[in-house]
Order: sequence, then C-alpha cells, then structure tokens
Amino acid sequence: MASPPSTEIRAGATPPEEIKAVPVRHPWRWVSVAVLAVLVAMLVNGVVNNPAYRWDTVGKYLFDQRLARAALVTIELTVLAMVLGVALGVLLAVMRLSSNPILSSAAWIYLWVFRGTPVYTQLVFWGLISVLYPTISIGIPFGPEFASFETTKVITFFVAAVIGLALNEAAYMAEIVRAGILSVSEGQTEAASALGMRRPQVMRRIVLPQAMRVVIPPTGNELISMLKTTSLVVAVPLTIDLYSRSREISLALFQPVPLLICAAIWYLAITSVLMVGQYYLERHFARGSQRQLPPTPLQRLRRRVLGAPRGDRIAEGGGAVAVGDRDGAIGGRTAGSDGQ
Amino acid sequence: MAPDGRADVVPPMVQAEGVHKRFGRLEVLQGIDLEVARGEVMCIIGPSGSGKSTFLRCINHLEQINSGRLWVDGELVGYRQRGDKLHELREAEIAKQRIGVGMVFQHFNLFPHMTALGNLVEAPLRVKREPKQEVHERARALLDRVGLAAKAGGYPSQLSGGQQQRVAIARALAMRPKLMLFDEPTSALDPELVGEVLDVMRDLAESGMTMVVVTHEMGFAREVGDELVFMDGGVVVEAGRPRDVLASPKHQRTAAFLSKVL
Repeated sequence: MASPPSTEIRAGATPPEEIKAVPVRHPWRWVSVAVLAVLVAMLVNGVVNNPAYRWDTVGKYLFDQRLARAALVTIELTVLAMVLGVALGVLLAVMRLSSNPILSSAAWIYLWVFRGTPVYTQLVFWGLISVLYPTISIGIPFGPEFASFETTKVITFFVAAVIGLALNEAAYMAEIVRAGILSVSEGQTEAASALGMRRPQVMRRIVLPQAMRVVIPPTGNELISMLKTTSLVVAVPLTIDLYSRSREISLALFQPVPLLICAAIWYLAITSVLMVGQYYLERHFARGSQRQLPPTPLQRLRRRVLGAPRGDRIAEGGGAVAVGDRDGAIGGRTAGSDGQ
Repeated sequence: MAPDGRADVVPPMVQAEGVHKRFGRLEVLQGIDLEVARGEVMCIIGPSGSGKSTFLRCINHLEQINSGRLWVDGELVGYRQRGDKLHELREAEIAKQRIGVGMVFQHFNLFPHMTALGNLVEAPLRVKREPKQEVHERARALLDRVGLAAKAGGYPSQLSGGQQQRVAIARALAMRPKLMLFDEPTSALDPELVGEVLDVMRDLAESGMTMVVVTHEMGFAREVGDELVFMDGGVVVEAGRPRDVLASPKHQRTAAFLSKVL
C-alpha cells in the first residue's frame, strides 16, 4: 500500500502562482475606530483632568498600610469561604444526585433555604448567633453533655463571617457541581461500573475529575464574585475588610470618591491575579481533551522573542495541526508518563 | 435447567432462561433462552431494536432483568437464591460479579483524563488492589499484545478510533475476566480501522476466551464465531453454526435480515 499523500510541498516543484487580488475594503471600520478613539479620549480626559476625582488623594492612600492589611483580610475571607463552600457544595451535589431519597431531600432543603434568603441577612444571623445560642455544648442530643463552650469565644465575628459566606456559597456551588456531574457522559459511569468499580470510586476517580472542566469556569466566576461579596461582612459586623476600611478613611477625610477608587483598584488587581490562576487551572483539567492544548500567552511571547523550540510543529494561536498519516500521534512532545 | 452442583459437569459460562426485560411499557426482551459454553465465541446479530445490546448488558447487570434467570459461570446474576426467594444483591456484590466479566463498548468509553496505561491500571490497582509493579508490567504487556506498546503514555484523544478500541479491549483484559462482552465494537469505527480491532478479537478468541459479541461483521462471525444467534423482536429466532445460518437460514426473518446485510 502506498503511503498516504503528503500535504507538504515536494522539493524542486514550482509552487502554483498565488492569487493576488484586491482585498475587500472596509472604509466604515476606520470611521468607527475614529469615533471610538474620540469617545475614549473624551472619557479619559473627563477622568484624568477632573479635579473632583482627587487623584492626589488616590495616590496618597493607594498603598496605605491600612488598606493593604484590609485587602489581606478580604483575601483571607474569600479563600476560606470558597474552600469551605466548594467542599460542602460538592458534598451537597453528590447528595442531590444520590438514589437515597433522604439525602437528596435534605440537600434540596438546604439549597432552598440558603439560596432563598439574602446573603446579607444570613450574615446578620451568624453575627447574632451568640445571642441566639450563648453556649455550644457537645454531648448526646437531648441528654447529658460532655463539653460546652461560650459561643462568643469560639465564633468570633471573623469566624461568623466565614461561616455565613461559606454556607451561602455552598448552595450555589452545589448546583454548579451538579451541572458538571451531569455533563459527564453516562458511558463513562457504565465503563467504570463494568470494570467492577463501586459508586464512590466511580464518582471520585472518573466522574468528578471530568466534571471539573465544566465546573471550573463558573467556579472561577464565583470566586471572583466572592471577592466582592466579602464587602457585605459589614452585616456581621466585621469592619476590617477592604470595603469597610476604605469607607472609614473616606468618612474621616470627608472625601467619598478617591478612597472608592483606591478600593476599586485593589479589587481589580486581586481579580486579575485570580483570573490568571483560573486560566492555568483550566488548562490542567483540560489535559487529554484536545490532541494538543493551544500555547499559553506566556509561551506565545517566548516563541515570538526567542523563536519556536526545535521539533515543535504546532501552529500558533489555535489547535494542533496534524501533518502526515492519520494513525500517528502528533509529532513533538508525548504526553506525560504513567496515568495517575 | 439450572446448572447442577455436580463437580464433573462444568456449567456453561453464560446461561439464560426465559429472560425478560422491559423499559417502562416497552418489552425489549421477551424470553431469551441461551447457553454459551466455555471458550465459545457467540456472535449475536439482528436488526436494531431487537434487544441484542440489552441482553448483553443484562449479563453484567448493567440492566436488571424483570423475569427469568441469568447465570454467569454457575452464579446467578444480580440476585441471591435463598430457598425459593430471590434476594437482590447489594451494590458491592454486584460490583464483585462484574470483575469477572469484561465489557467493550461501541463508543470505547475510555477515561479521557488518563493515559492509555492509566486506563488499564486504574481498576486492577483500585478495585482488586493488586501490587503496583505487577499491574504496570501486565498492563504494558497487554498494550503490547494489542499492538499499542508505544502509545502507553498517550491520551485517548491522541489516538485513532481503532487504537482507542484496542486500548479498551486491553483495559477489559487487565482485570483478567473469564468472559468478554463486546457491544458492537466496530460499529463506530471507520472501515479501514475495523480490521485492526477484529484482528485483536480473533487473537483473543484463539487464546480460548469466552466471548459474546454483538456485531454486524458477518465475516468475523463466519471466521471466528462458534455460534451465531439471530435475534429479532426480543427473542432468539435462530441459532446455529455461523456457516450454516449464514448460508442456509431456516427462518424467513433470518433470511430477510441477512439479505439486507450481506
């Protein structure tokens, strides 16, 4: 059998003459670019040269220690609330999909309550928990107790804020995870079951890892959203986060605008870092989904500056280019070693 | 007849007695009586909707039968008999039964987030808890046997359909099953890739594996099959040696089907 025809140009043959036609012109595109440029210039001018923004104050307080420390608190709240929220959300999603009617109903009720009430209200509630339950005791329900704690000592305002945010987030995460689980084709569960795997193992090793691809983009969304939702912890009341602190300073200075901008810049900076993190996390879980993943912006930059690495025949900016017989894998790197 | 307990009588690998299966009000299997002997290759053919795949999936309890009895290697599938009452098996026990039965699917169903080798070692490591070194060695040997030793580190998305199906066969074999079920293994493949998969299946048959294959590949059925079963409308219409059934079908329905397919 002859080898399949090569798609590369044979050496020595003259290439066919390239068509040189006059391209379609788009005059109105240039007009719209000009209009946009003028609007942007007006906007920038209205912001930068406007004394009401008090850019001098912005510059003065942008790296103020109080704001920096408050930003750290905001990040702490975000991370803790998300970690707990995602963990509980996964559990709730699995419960929702369980064949056990008690588990799935319990999960449904949780979702109903925690999505049905405003997060601000929930935070107020958790802030008042030590009023509702002055002591927490561990023991037999309706029976003797073994240990007891004063609620205010255990559940500080910070802890209450984290609990409030996490429990609320778990309800939303549960639906995201459930969608991810449903997105994994049934054939995967069948194949795993046919190999003798039991349901927990099928879920942990086969379904959930594949569900992650669908779960991560909306979860990244939730994380970025949580960063701003933390500003609601003023309900607890917790006032050491970025929003409350910047408001404090702005009230002391009698200047509402510049500290708002400072806080906005901090939130934007942290969000940008989170977006980069999400990009790389998505790539990790996309391994195996395409023949070759497109290059990251960093890899593209390296290529442009240093030239393409040897042995790499992948086109830039898109998917893989398969040259040669279809039965071969892509030339260049082979993926990893043993599967884990 | 239920399998005897006598030691000198070896029970058939698969035995079906009056197997019925319905989905809601749709009766898909309307009384299947079949026997697959050890080492036999049984090919099941028939029009779509005849219940061939459903019957296959009943053998490893991916579908639960509604009436009748099904035995694999002398053991009742999905139920335990105590006196004259049948008890449903627990999930753990069903999973244990499935270990001895390997299945190959029409759409491969490889785990896309694991390499070919990863696919093979997952179940032996985590279900049977066999030692890691041994499992990896055997997995590589299996990949070599299906001609894909070089692709051990590749992901399913980097493999062609034929290669994926061969990995799927190797994955099922990694659990050392006593019976292999094939659900239209080549139906989703491009014609030029069908041959490589059938070669692996022929090789497996020659090594003595008991196989039940739902297929449209008549050539394979004729050359490799020991028994050919034609199913239609949820029942076995005709069964016999492949050459006999294909050359001179006894039933009109069989002849009608074969004339469309051959």
